[in-house]
Amino acid sequence: MLRKVTLLAAALVLMGGSALAASNAEKAPDVAFSFEGPFGKYDQAQLQRGYKVYREVCSACHSMNLLSFRNLGDRGGPFYDPKYETSNDNPYVKAIAAEAQIDDIDGETGDPIKRPGTPADRFPKPFPNDVAAKASNGGALPPDLSLIAKARAGGPEYVAALMQGYGAAPHGHEPPPGLHYNKYFPGGAIAMAAPLAPGKVEFDDGTKSTLKNQARDVAAFLMWAAEPKLEERKQMGAAVMVFLVLFAGLLYASYRRVWRNESH
Amino acid sequence: MSGHSTYQPKNAFSRWMDARLPVGRLVWDSFVDYPTPRNLNYWWTFGGILSLCLGVQILTGVVLAMHYTPSAAGAFNSVEHIMRNVNYGWLIRYIHANGASMFFIAVYLHMLRGLYYGSYKAPREILWLLGCVIYLLMMATAFMGYVLPWGQMSFHGAVVITNLLGAFPIVGETITTLLWGGFAVDEPTLKRFFSLHYLLPFMIAGVVILHIWALHVVGQNNPTGVEPKSKADTVPFTPYATVKDGFAMSVFLVLFAIFVFYMPNALGHADNYVPANPLVTPSHIVPEWYFLPFYAILRAVPDKLMGVLAMFGAIACLFALPWLDTSKVKSMRYRPQAQLYFVIFLVICVILGFCGAKLPDDQVIPGLETGIKVLESDLNSWVWLSRIATLYYFAYFLVVMPVLGLTEKPRPVPETISSPVLGDSDKKD
Amino acid sequence: MAENDPGPEGKDPNRRDFIHIAAITAAGVGAGAVAWPFIAQMNPSADTLALASVEYDLTKVEAGMQVTINWRGKPLFIRNRTQAQIDAAVKGDHDPMPDPQPDAERHKDGKAQWLVLVGSCTHLGCVPTVGGGDYGGWFCPCHGSHYDTSGRIRKGPAPKNLVVPEYAFLSDTKVKIG
Repeated sequence: MLRKVTLLAAALVLMGGSALAASNAEKAPDVAFSFEGPFGKYDQAQLQRGYKVYREVCSACHSMNLLSFRNLGDRGGPFYDPKYETSNDNPYVKAIAAEAQIDDIDGETGDPIKRPGTPADRFPKPFPNDVAAKASNGGALPPDLSLIAKARAGGPEYVAALMQGYGAAPHGHEPPPGLHYNKYFPGGAIAMAAPLAPGKVEFDDGTKSTLKNQARDVAAFLMWAAEPKLEERKQMGAAVMVFLVLFAGLLYASYRRVWRNESH
Repeated sequence: MSGHSTYQPKNAFSRWMDARLPVGRLVWDSFVDYPTPRNLNYWWTFGGILSLCLGVQILTGVVLAMHYTPSAAGAFNSVEHIMRNVNYGWLIRYIHANGASMFFIAVYLHMLRGLYYGSYKAPREILWLLGCVIYLLMMATAFMGYVLPWGQMSFHGAVVITNLLGAFPIVGETITTLLWGGFAVDEPTLKRFFSLHYLLPFMIAGVVILHIWALHVVGQNNPTGVEPKSKADTVPFTPYATVKDGFAMSVFLVLFAIFVFYMPNALGHADNYVPANPLVTPSHIVPEWYFLPFYAILRAVPDKLMGVLAMFGAIACLFALPWLDTSKVKSMRYRPQAQLYFVIFLVICVILGFCGAKLPDDQVIPGLETGIKVLESDLNSWVWLSRIATLYYFAYFLVVMPVLGLTEKPRPVPETISSPVLGDSDKKD
Repeated sequence: MAENDPGPEGKDPNRRDFIHIAAITAAGVGAGAVAWPFIAQMNPSADTLALASVEYDLTKVEAGMQVTINWRGKPLFIRNRTQAQIDAAVKGDHDPMPDPQPDAERHKDGKAQWLVLVGSCTHLGCVPTVGGGDYGGWFCPCHGSHYDTSGRIRKGPAPKNLVVPEYAFLSDTKVKIG
């Protein structure tokens, strides 16, 4: 009896879990990202392209406060090079960091100065504070992108869809002035104008700079930024699962042996 | 603890120790020689699993506290610092966050087992009450822990739950102000929640010791509900129960690991990766899944105070259960009618969980407008479903339990544990 | 566990024990593996390590002067020695001292004026004051250790010379420490 009940309850939970996502916006189409699945890994070339999209387009308005340049050279990151296990020494990362001008205090005079960045520095912010960010963007605050791929229902797929969701509003759904129609944005009216366009970012590896590619690459990059330990997690997970299943098997054998002459 | 001790100190040191601080004897009597009913099924392994959960939560929690900053400005970033910079910080945090859910899965199964097999009935009332106290402490701990990352859900969840207490007449406002340490949820609230979140698990551990003590005084219940009468009814705890508990734990750990390594955020909410902002509330506030049924009961009642009372009443029912159930038979294995009501109760709890996750006025069956509005809501709405479910929840405890025990006709109950088991070993429930 | 097995029914005790021993061993291995992350988390985190090496522009240090910078939470002395101080240090190379080391080993080749030292007394970690003591190098106020102009211990309770950290000249005027 109890067994049937358990199955029933489990079935109910499973049914309902899939029915939980509901919104007035269109559902983001599925993208087969390389980091999905139990053995998923980031595609380093894609991360590099995505970083370029962020650098050249998004970073004009969106900060990524949780990331430092050194993260780019971390294991699993866009510019990871096995030769430089410490990303501080990675020349590519150093060069990227040095391009940025970082606010600092002069060690002798105490005056505010700008100096070239080091790998330990955080990504520079486009605006000094939230008020300035709002003032420059028609009153809307461009969210920090460090965690955006985890902070939105739908994750990286939503991000990729949103980049491609702009278009003419259907009749009766025209957004208020200053906003833009995007079919994937909850409510349909988004303050951000279409950020990407075909050919807007030139990819060094020869990948065609279509809107779709840009959108997917930047979504993958933002997923990496939000969950940099994903590869490590899944790799460790595989080892843990193998161990636990073997361990459970051993304990089951031990259990059967202990109980073999006891009725129960 | 139960009857005569069979502990034999094996060497000079353990004899010396036994005369001074008999820990060895305590462990031997409680976890080795302790007689366990031989017919316990896997539903009885959740006690061990829960101890494991508590241990895991305390261990990971102590580690997280080494890196966490309990301040409104620093909390969110310190959690991300743990996720990104601390060695294996992501692992420890994901274990802790999912561990809370695992803890509640196990505790709910543990409670439902008690409910089905009548483990709350005499002489185990105190054992059951201590369990209820642990459950309450767990809820408080989980709630305060969820506030600590200081994301949008943390913050606004804390706002909603603390405002509940404001429903009480006269003292309500004083209580919430006292709880907040200000005029809203803010830095002082976060700091005290952190302190209490660290304290409560050790209180849980204390009550767990009492719970196990009480268990070892009265002995374990078993699927027949018949008390062990002779040596033939029991087996020693070690190795029989230890190895079975160990096996169950390892299977439970597989489930735990699937969540930690492959879907660590599945039970969380995306909004909690947005830093807390007191000026903007997320469009859809939901508590963690393990609170959803109570949240549904809260919203089912149209009056604020009555809603809060109903929610607390739902838990109070558990405390009163030993005296609400009038049945002479412990195990529902021999109470076919009770089984039926129990199954409905289970389904109702799941339904309440769904109701708690939905917007109250959304339609249960999409597209169907009944046009009948009662209490300002259409009958085809989650709020009405939750009202019906809430009614059954209370009826189960307050009507079914007392009445059924007097009116039902239970099946014959075996004389001893071993008679049905040894008699026809194929028969399972 | 196996020794408590009350039943006399094990026909083949070796095989019976093997499964239990294997299970207990696996539990031990698992516990050991779990212990590692909990220990490793106490090691310096990635952001701490990222700041663990610093670069410093030597043009800011004038001859005869010393700057103290924070490196890994400890003071780091960067001293621009005068010729007289270098000579004094070289002259002392053959004096008896607790931790003998020639001055040439304590600076980079051809950069005798630059002395880079961890500013923690090797006795119990106090910060020695520059220019003090009987040898004109450093003097530790806590327990009276005297260091010479090469940072070698000459008198007092400290057992070792001031530590020369791992560092390299990136250019004539720039060093990277760590």
